[in-house]
Amino acid sequence: MSNVLTVAANAFREAVRDRVLYNLVVFALLMIVAAIFVGQISIGIEQSIIVSLGLTAISVIGLFIAVFIGVGLVSKEMDKRTLYALLAKPVERWQFLLGKFLGLVLTLAVNTAAMGVGLFLALWVVKHPLARADLYVFVAVYLILLKLALIVALALLFSCFTTQFLAILFTAMLYVAGVFATTLRTIQGVNLTPSTTAMLHGISYLLPNFENFNVMAAVAHGGSVPGAMVLYATAYVAVYAAIVLATAAMVFSRRDLK
Amino acid sequence: MSNPAIEIENLTKEYPFGFLNLKKKKSLESLSMQVETGEVFGFLGPNGAGKSTTIKLLMRLIFPTSGTARILGKSIDDVSMHADIGYLPEQPYFYDYLTAPELLDYFARFHGLSANERHERVNKMLKKVGLDTAKNIQLRKYSKGMLQRVGLSQAILHQPKVVVLDEPMSGLDPLGRREVRDIILELKKEGRTVLFSTHILSDAEMLCDRVGVIVGGKLRGVGAPENLLGIAAQGMEVLFELEGEVKRPELLERATRTGERYRVQVKEEELYGALEELKVAGARILSVAQIKPTLEEFFVDLVEADRAQASAVEVRGK
Repeated sequence: MSNVLTVAANAFREAVRDRVLYNLVVFALLMIVAAIFVGQISIGIEQSIIVSLGLTAISVIGLFIAVFIGVGLVSKEMDKRTLYALLAKPVERWQFLLGKFLGLVLTLAVNTAAMGVGLFLALWVVKHPLARADLYVFVAVYLILLKLALIVALALLFSCFTTQFLAILFTAMLYVAGVFATTLRTIQGVNLTPSTTAMLHGISYLLPNFENFNVMAAVAHGGSVPGAMVLYATAYVAVYAAIVLATAAMVFSRRDLK
Repeated sequence: MSNPAIEIENLTKEYPFGFLNLKKKKSLESLSMQVETGEVFGFLGPNGAGKSTTIKLLMRLIFPTSGTARILGKSIDDVSMHADIGYLPEQPYFYDYLTAPELLDYFARFHGLSANERHERVNKMLKKVGLDTAKNIQLRKYSKGMLQRVGLSQAILHQPKVVVLDEPMSGLDPLGRREVRDIILELKKEGRTVLFSTHILSDAEMLCDRVGVIVGGKLRGVGAPENLLGIAAQGMEVLFELEGEVKRPELLERATRTGERYRVQVKEEELYGALEELKVAGARILSVAQIKPTLEEFFVDLVEADRAQASAVEVRGK
């Protein structure tokens, strides 16, 4: 496990030194501007606007980092051949993959946590006193992080057997499909045969269901998030990401580095 | 008794290419050889001959189509063998956001060294390769030669029993090459086994106990450099100057002149006669040396023979 943590710590250091966390400045500016404007133009819906805007920004910024850095985790090391010296050490290939995954998830955790705090401060500016339910903002941020971890695992898998461009494309397509996974499960239409409906139903269970992490509407309106849902989402990501990473490790373990 | 550090048996590597990867190109063909414990073994060959392929197979960066290899008695599939191996990749490139001490510390962690040991060894190593003054600079600002030194440092930092170096002299200035040569000799002195690939033949002649010549994916010869070339001298070469010529020597007819110096080739049995003649003529003898075929000549002959064979096959094919 120490090999995995060594690789993870270095991946985190890489993200910090490559100025990935600079996106926080963009987010901070967005929140400041939003807080000023919302205070002036809206009456009674400040919370809804700030929370929706903040959570959307956290999700979009995180998505960009997860996809673009996620596909580069392995392919960049292969292209630049930085991997050669590392794999000649007593390190298993799966340890390298898992370390890279954890390193980026740690980066995203720090990033989303900082943005979560920023969002909470913006909320406090436009609406005080704050209610207890406002703390659910952090639950929403945690669920976004889970979603991002799953996307990193998928990006890592694709980057193990295809080019960076295709890996980005596949990850983005799977994300879009995953957002509609729940819709596929409930789809009904006059022209759909029972077998087609069954097939779509089956596919919907194979796709990563990103609806599991979407609590923006509830939190934006001061609602709560059930603990069971958070537990389910956590377990879902743990199992799904484990399967994806195990597949990635299998593919990568016999890949020739040219 | 033979005590091989590296044993390679029938190692073959094919790369698929073409439409749907249906065609195969053999990059390495049934390579079998051994590197004995404690020896410096030079792996020679032109570009694309299969040197790097062999080394990458040994380092499990690529996987063989067939055949096996063992290092220190362990299969190359066994990751634990890497604890005792150091490897310098060809044209090494490292995480450019790190400084040299950070990179070396990072790699040393995989060998289970304590923080104190890491700190001590990294500082010692940087001093040894002349990078102690560039400690605080990120690797992105390093020259090719400096990166090569970092590469060499990470390969030997954990004091491995076997060191595999892929083109270690590449990109280095004469001073850097000399430093690498010194390090290789030091490793030999410490009893470590060194396998290195090169196409700089003088380095191989100077450093290696044995060399293996690989051309077109096939091993074409293994042995001590002098055995590989044939020990028989082809004659003697005398280098001399004429100072206040007493009598014009007859040998001058056959000599070639460079500035004030003359160079003449004679048969071994004629040497003493020639020296006597030069002495009588009042010549100052600067050196007498055996004429032997160089590794370079051997190497060029092999490559040319290979090309000739390839074109003969092509002609027959037509």
